[in-house]
Parts: sequence; C-alpha cells; structure tokens
Amino acid sequence: MAQAFTKTMARNIFYGGTLFFFLLFLALTFDSHGQFPSRDNRAALESPDLGPKIALGKKLWEENDCIGCHTLLGEGAYFAPELGNVYKRFGESKEAIMGFIKSRPKDGVPGRRSMPQFNFTDEELDALAEFLKYVSGINTSHWPPNVNG
Amino acid sequence: MKYKSQKVARLYFIAALVLFVAQILFGLIMGLQYVMGDFLFPYMPFNVARMVHTNALIVWLLMAFMGAAYYLVPEEAETELAMPWLATLMFWIFFLAAGATVAGYLLLSYSDLAKLTMNDMLPTMGREFLEQPTITKLGIVVVALAFLLNIGLTILKGRKTVINLVLLMGLTGLAVFFLFSFYNPTNVVLDKYYWWWVVHLWVEGVWELILGAILAFVLIKTTGVDREVIEKWLYIIIAMTLITGIIGTGHHYYWIGTPEYWQWWGSIFSAMEPIPFFMMTVFAFNMVNKRRRNHPNKAAMLWALGTAVMAFLGAGVWGFLHTLAPVNYYTHGSQITAAHGHMAFYGAYVMISLTIISYAMPMLMGRTAANSNRSQVREMWGFWLMTISIVFITLFLTGAGVLQAFLQRMGENPTPFMVVQDKIALFYWLREITGVVFLIGLIVYLSSFFVGRNEPEPEVAVAE
Ligand code: HEC
Ligand code: HEM
Ligand code: HEM
Ligand SMILES: [Fe+2]
Repeated sequence: MAQAFTKTMARNIFYGGTLFFFLLFLALTFDSHGQFPSRDNRAALESPDLGPKIALGKKLWEENDCIGCHTLLGEGAYFAPELGNVYKRFGESKEAIMGFIKSRPKDGVPGRRSMPQFNFTDEELDALAEFLKYVSGINTSHWPPNVNG
Repeated sequence: MKYKSQKVARLYFIAALVLFVAQILFGLIMGLQYVMGDFLFPYMPFNVARMVHTNALIVWLLMAFMGAAYYLVPEEAETELAMPWLATLMFWIFFLAAGATVAGYLLLSYSDLAKLTMNDMLPTMGREFLEQPTITKLGIVVVALAFLLNIGLTILKGRKTVINLVLLMGLTGLAVFFLFSFYNPTNVVLDKYYWWWVVHLWVEGVWELILGAILAFVLIKTTGVDREVIEKWLYIIIAMTLITGIIGTGHHYYWIGTPEYWQWWGSIFSAMEPIPFFMMTVFAFNMVNKRRRNHPNKAAMLWALGTAVMAFLGAGVWGFLHTLAPVNYYTHGSQITAAHGHMAFYGAYVMISLTIISYAMPMLMGRTAANSNRSQVREMWGFWLMTISIVFITLFLTGAGVLQAFLQRMGENPTPFMVVQDKIALFYWLREITGVVFLIGLIVYLSSFFVGRNEPEPEVAVAE
C-alpha cells in the first residue's frame, strides 16, 4: 500500500463506513417494517379465532425442534421436506397435514429417513397445521419455485 | 509467554478441542443418518445429533475466541489480566453449562427439556443454532459480560493497540447481537428477520473483526513485520467487511416475506463481501513474504496462511456462488447452503482458532517458542488431512446441491424432495467417507500434542 494512504485514513474509513452503512441498514429495516403488514399474513395472526391457535402452533413447532430436520421458508435443516408450502403441497388440507404427523410409526420406517411420533393431542395437531397454513400465506416473492419446495 | 495470567487460555483451548471432537463425532452420525435413515432411530433422531453438532461448534469457537483474547490481550496491553480468577471461574461455569446442555439434548426429549427449563417464561428455544434452553442463553450472556469486563479493564490499564481495540469491538459486537436471540415473536417474518441479526451479523460482521485481529497478532509475532503496516491492513480489511457485510444481510431477505427491494440491496452488497476475504489472503501472503525473521513455529504459519486461503474459498467463493438473488432462488435451503456453511465455518473460524492454538500452545506448555520438529510435522499432517477433507466434503455437497436444485426445482417435471434425496445418495456416501478421513486428520492433529515433548525446538536461520 502506498505511503500516501495512512493508517489514520484507513481507520476513518472504518468508523465512517461502518456508521454510515449501519444507519442505512436501520433505515431499510424501518422501511421494511412499514411493508410487513401487506406481506406477512398478519390477518391470520390478528384474527381472534386463529391467532391463539397459530401462537400455540409456533410454540409446538419450536418445542419439538421441527427446524432440526426441516426447512421453513428455506431456513433450517436439509434432511426432510420444506414445510413453508406443505399446506399447498397437501392440497390445502389441514386434515392431510394432521393425518401425516399423527401417523408416524413410533419406531420409524425401516431404512428410510424417519420422523418421530410426537403423540400430539388433536388440539395440538390442529394448532400445528394452522401454523403451517399461516406460513404458507406469507408473500415469499414466489419462492419456492414449485410445489416440491 | 510474558505474563503469568495468559496461562488461563490453556483451559479454554483444551476444552475447545474436546468439543471439536464431539462436534465431528455427531457430524458423522448425521452423515450416516442421511443415507441410512433409521440409524439410531428413535433413540437419537437426526435433529438431536444436529443440535449437538452445531452447538458444539459454536461453543467451541467461542471458547477458542475467549482463550485467544485471554492470551493476546495481556501481551498486547503489556500488563497482567485484570482478574485472572474471574477468567478461571467463568471457564468452569461456561464448560459445565455447555456440558449440562448437551446432556439435556441427549438424555431428554427436546420438549421435556423445554418444560424442565421453563421455556414458557421466555420462549427462545427451537430455532436453528439457537436451540439452547433460555437459561443457557442467559448463562452465555453472564459469561460474555464477565469476559468483556475482564478484557476491557485489562486494555484500559495497559498499552492500547489497534489489535486489542479491534478484538474488543468484535467481541462486544458478538455479545450485543446475541441479545437478539431473546426476541422471538409469533410473526414468522419478524422472527426470521431478527434471527439473522444474530447469525449473519455474527459470521459476516463482528466475527470477522475477531478473525482479523487474531490473524494480525499471529502475523506480527511470526513475521516481525512493522506493526504500522499490519494495523493499516487490519483497518482497511474490517472497514470493507462492515461496509459490505451489514447491508449484505439482505441476501437472507429474498424469500422470507421481506420487501422485494432486498433482492437488489442483498445481491449487490453481498457480492462485494468476498473483497475483505480476498484482501485477507493478499495481506497474509504479503506479510509472510516480507518477513523479517523466521519463526521456529512453522505449523502456526501454515495455519495462518491456510486460514487466509480457505476463508476466501469457503466464504468468498462459495458464498458468491449462491448469493445473487436469481441463483439463490434455486439454491436457497439446499445442499449448496450446507456446502458453503461447512467450508466457510471451517476455513474462517475453525482455522483461525487452530492458528492461535498452534501459536500459543507451545508457550502455554512451557516451551520458548515452538514445539519440536516431530510434533510440528505431525500437526501439519493433521492440517492437510482435515483441510483436504473439508474441500472434498464441500465438493460432494456441492454436487449433491446442484443435482438437487436441478431435479427438485427446475425443469418440466420437478421431483419430490424425498425421491431426489434417494437419487443423490452416492454423494452423501462420499461425504461420509471423507468425513471419516476428517476424523482421522483430527486424531493425527490431536496426537501432535503428545509427541516429541522432550525434544528441542527446531533451529532457525536468522533471517536475511
Ligand atoms: C428427526 C427428524 C424430523 C423431525 C424432528 C420432524 N420431522 Fe417432519 N419429517 C421428517 C421426515 C424424514 C419426513 C419425510 C417422511 C417421509 O416422506 O417418509 C417428514 C415429513 C413431514 C411432513 C410431510 C412433508 C411432505 O411433504 O411429505 C410434515 C407435514 C412434517 N414432517 C411435519 C413436522 C412437524 C410439524 C414437526 C415438528 C413437530 C416435524 N415434522 C419434525 C423428519 C422430521
Ligand atoms: C467431518 C465430518 C462432518 C460431517 C459428516 C458433517 C455433517 C453435517 C450434516 C449432515 C449436517 C446437517 C445438514 C442438514 O441440515 O441437513 C451438518 C451441518 C453443519 N455442519 Fe457439519 N459435518 C462435518 C464436519 C463439520 C465441520 C468441520 C464443521 C465446521 C467447521 C461443520 C459445520 C457445520 C455447520 C455450520 C452446519 C449447519 C449448516 C447449515 O445449516 O447450513 N461440520 N454437518
Ligand atoms: C466466514 C464467513 C461465513 C460463514 C461462517 C458463513 C456461514 C453460513 C452458514 C452456516 C449458512 C447457512 C445458514 C442457515 O442455516 O440457514 C450461510 C448461508 C449463506 N451464506 Fe454464508 N457464511 C459466511 C460468509 C458468506 C459470504 C461472504 C457470502 C457471500 C458472498 C455468503 C453467502 C451466503 C448466502 C447467500 C447464504 C444463504 C443460503 C441459502 O439461501 O440457503 N456467506 N452462510
Ligand atoms: Fe449471510
């Protein structure tokens, strides 16, 4: 590096650049928050009927670590199918999702990647399915490319 | 080693290596479950092995960063650590908490662990990489605060160097952004938006400051190049890191419900993120070429150069591969992501940890500057075995990922996920075999600590 370019200049670029781009990031974040309501399926969350069900569903989703095998909107583990669009893949049927989760054999499927049997109650199954339905209503800019996730 | 209190680093480094072994063993279990789906089912479902694999990784890297700080901050500040006893105490708290958490993962079902640790009170569990019970997360915050206090006071009372300052900024940022792990709204878009403030702003933000500072320290020590030159490089590298990396977070905001302008912001800024990694490579080779002395620890030098190259490959090249929105549309959440994750984490953060361990451990074990020739040769075998293995693991996963994107997401008749996984099983077998070679490399590496202990340090010619 040329002598004309001093350490002080490098330091100032660091502080100035970091500050500027962090503030820009905050501004973009602020703007994103303004747009979320039109994209994040808030209607479902705010519905007095569905809201609490979805919240329970998300809690069950987390407390059973579904993300440790599955992706949700492409984030998570790559061992099992994407679930952000499973509601659509299963023909927009909550019953089909509930039936699938409920029917997992306790000891797995021999030789095949298996999903545990979680012994959920009907209410819990309904909440999980409602949660997955809610996620499928988020505007993801047409991702995934097709129904296979 | 100039100051007695630096010695506490040894505990951290040893624990880090123990957890590294655990990480790899669980990686191999998962690798087998990928191709033999019912392996260990239902006793250890895939997700449990994954939690142990990734959390052990994160915790051992944190241990190594803390050890690095406890070693290099006193040396840079030219003073003893402010509170050595606190460093030892925090080590045991951290290590026992990590052990208890892993035991919880392995012995209880995850939902029972959530109940036992009262996740209801402040639900933070069940998100990728942040699976730890809330109480463990709080423990991490306490350990981090005590650590920052200790390091901060040491820096305040001693000589202030750029390396110490950058390291402290990186570590502070690490603690600050971790706080976002406590924010967990029901709204999935918001949850994911701020989840990345932990994950992305760590590995492509503040952790790079830590990486740069440790690399600069080891290069000053091993090459004897003028501090002014090295500090200027360090500043410009971390400037580029944050200028590109902060807005670069946008490469995770393409398909999660966030506004579409992020496809532009994310693509453009993250496409520039390889620049600081490339500068790091140029920097390291430049300094080594300009060296004013030949340090007897050749192994540490190899690790330092290896970090510079592999971080650029894993983060820079493999990151760029899938970072533009039109590409990411097909690769998002596929084996391409896993390929990149492995080489980037290994190349940048595993290797910088092993660099500082390689540099500092001989002194921490009471030697003058380096291990015996025999031990170093053994260590370098470990370096090559592990590094070449990760390259091949990455290549096999990339092959799997390209086929996956092609079969599952493109063309007229896209194939369902599970069918595709069956079709690409060959790549997973190859990955698993390579993983075994990685484990052998790790064993060779660890064995280097036990050979040639009574042999003298290698002689070096005084430099030109
Ligand atoms: C140990 C790994 C694992 C965990 C944990 C797990 N799953 Fe699964 N899941 C799988 C596998 C493997 C499949 C594919 C099974 C098959 O096709 O035979 C699957 C399939 C599914 C499917 C059907 C997807 C499709 O397209 O066919 C749904 C719905 C589902 N899981 C929901 C859940 C929910 C909800 C949770 C958390 C409560 C969960 N899974 C936890 C492994 C897991
Ligand atoms: C040596 C053999 C290894 C094997 C067989 C292995 C295997 C795996 C597997 C199967 C996964 C889960 C992928 C999924 O979600 O479906 C995984 C995830 C991961 N592993 Fe490894 N691993 C190994 C070594 C390593 C090393 C050395 C590192 C770190 C440097 C590492 C870091 C990670 C990370 C960061 C993830 C999460 C990836 C992501 O979410 O994209 N692994 N590993
Ligand atoms: C050392 C630095 C880096 C590390 C440790 C790292 C690690 C990771 C990991 C583990 C993931 C997977 C996250 C998940 O599980 O969802 C990921 C995702 C990603 N990384 Fe990096 N990364 C680094 C640098 C970079 C750089 C410099 C770029 C761009 C040039 C990049 C681009 C991406 C992209 C686009 C994704 C999203 C993949 C997807 O859509 O599934 N990364 N990274
Ligand atoms: Fe990122």
